[in-house]
Amino acid sequence: MSDRIFGVVGLLLALGYAWAALNIEESFLSDAVGPKAFPLIIATVLGLASIAIIVKPDAAPEWPSLMRFVEVGAAIVVMILYAIFLPELGFVIATALAATYLTWRLGTRPLSSVVSGSLTSLGIYAVFHLVLGLSLAKGPLGF
Amino acid sequence: METLSSLADGFVIALTWQNLLLALLGCFLGTMMGALPGLGPSNGVAILIPLAFTLGLGATPALILLTSVYYGAMYGGRISSILLNIPGDEPAMMTCLDGYPMAKAGRAGEALALSGIASFVGAFLATWGLILLAPQLVKIALLFGPAEYFALFTLAFATLGGVASTNQAKTAIAAALGIGLATVGVDTQTGVPRFTFGEVHLYDGIDFLVAIVGLFALSEVFLFLEHRHGNADAAGHKVSVGRMMPSFSLIRSCTPTMLRTSFLGFIAGVLPGAGASLGSFISYTMEKKLVDKEGTFGTGDPRGVAAPEAGNNAAAGGALVPMLALGVPGSGTTAVLLAVLLALNITPGPLLFTQQPDVVWGLIAALFIANFMLLAMNIPMIGLFTRVLLIPPRILMPIVAMVSFVGIYGISGSSFDLLVMIGFGVMGWILRKLDVPLVPIILGTLLGNAMENNLRRAITIDNGNWWTLVDSPLSLTLWALALIGFVLPIIFGRVLKARMKHMKKDEEGATID
Repeated sequence: MSDRIFGVVGLLLALGYAWAALNIEESFLSDAVGPKAFPLIIATVLGLASIAIIVKPDAAPEWPSLMRFVEVGAAIVVMILYAIFLPELGFVIATALAATYLTWRLGTRPLSSVVSGSLTSLGIYAVFHLVLGLSLAKGPLGF
Repeated sequence: METLSSLADGFVIALTWQNLLLALLGCFLGTMMGALPGLGPSNGVAILIPLAFTLGLGATPALILLTSVYYGAMYGGRISSILLNIPGDEPAMMTCLDGYPMAKAGRAGEALALSGIASFVGAFLATWGLILLAPQLVKIALLFGPAEYFALFTLAFATLGGVASTNQAKTAIAAALGIGLATVGVDTQTGVPRFTFGEVHLYDGIDFLVAIVGLFALSEVFLFLEHRHGNADAAGHKVSVGRMMPSFSLIRSCTPTMLRTSFLGFIAGVLPGAGASLGSFISYTMEKKLVDKEGTFGTGDPRGVAAPEAGNNAAAGGALVPMLALGVPGSGTTAVLLAVLLALNITPGPLLFTQQPDVVWGLIAALFIANFMLLAMNIPMIGLFTRVLLIPPRILMPIVAMVSFVGIYGISGSSFDLLVMIGFGVMGWILRKLDVPLVPIILGTLLGNAMENNLRRAITIDNGNWWTLVDSPLSLTLWALALIGFVLPIIFGRVLKARMKHMKKDEEGATID
């Protein structure tokens, strides 16, 4: 069933891509092929391969339980928040928070996670900023 | 003769202090990455690419660093195979068969040292193979016009699925996704924006480094979270390493095996799409057929350790031949290396050898140097590398994630790129669950533009005649090979995959009893 859904998604993607390709505005300077033809070929390949999956799917993979799904979802949210707040909080604080969260969720006890997350952040800061001179996001505290 | 003098020039470039240090660092990091289960050569190189850029290294030093990581990771993959019966990456799977039984019999040190030597022999001979074969391939490639290049790209995509996936439709979907991503941005020929939805960030297209790091590194983190492998550290079943140096007679008895399988592995590596997994598999099976008269393979026969290790490292070198000479990578990791080259504004292919010989020969010289460094590191320092296995993933995976973020942020300084990378991470996680190979996606984003440009150039030259694509014997041959490459795995791929799994299972059964 997973493969069939994947196939349908692929097919919709192929149709959307083809539709978007047909709507590309042609420029007055164009070669013999133009900007539409190649994307249409790719859309055709994508569509045909998706149909092949719908017709002949593989055995379904083992999907995680709802709890594990929530786990992965929460990690994704944390990473998105990290990306957004990195310029505000600065590298060291943002990274310490995110690394602590990930370490905790991978099964470390809360207190050890804080230690490990902070050390990860400081370690990366030391190596990449202080030693290698990479410019990382500066927060209100200057690091 | 000309080749040798070019190689000598290459050594002059590679033997500077900075480059030697980078090679040393690359070998060390690579071996660690390879040793850790779950982080293979592709992830290893993927995580380190953005760093090489943010360090502002020039083309040759960056290449030296990353190819050392590549070779190092190929060496490192064997460590957890032998000590834990968990392959560090797929090509190291066959090394479990005899390596782990040797370790259980108290000969872990010998197995590690012997496999280190076998890795060296395989990689060393393959580098010579690269020197001999690549310039010949370049001569053929100079005959290629745009139509032939278009056919060659199609060949690369058609064969890439080969061993990577059992389902060719999924490989095709992955390739189409990648090429589709490459078309996002302003069309180079006409200047028209395509698939950008008016988003200015997308006018430059999608940065393939962002795609690579997201797909490979972040998806690995999600997989760990899903299974909560975090506590699965190696401390529980630590094996004592034992005697470090194998006896001279042992090395001598394994030498014919190493030589044969190096040759075989190299050929497997050169063939597009086959790569190191196939190299180690056929090396092991051939040696078993050839020399295993007493049926000791699978019970801790040293030749069963030497064969797949020489084979897979030779294949890693072989995969560089089509990558450098044609610009078409022969394996997943070389696809990632191709990304490095492109990002450094170096276009691999026949012209590279004539226009930027210093890059090519500097790189080849660096491969030799990396090889000797790895041999020197892997015998006396093996105890140190085995200790890497004691770092639990619950500490390691967050570091991998954070280093990925640092690398991408260091290049662009934009949160938007980080969000795109997370998007790719989620996509990579779902696709891996569905058994869709990631390498064709990467290859598609890398080669998509070149593929389209060659198509359009070919047809424009011939005034809009599409038949020009199949007009020469050379392009017809390439099309025929592409067709064979696409169809054959449908027949043989399943069988091969099943046999690899089967052999591993048999072996597990045998050691548990």
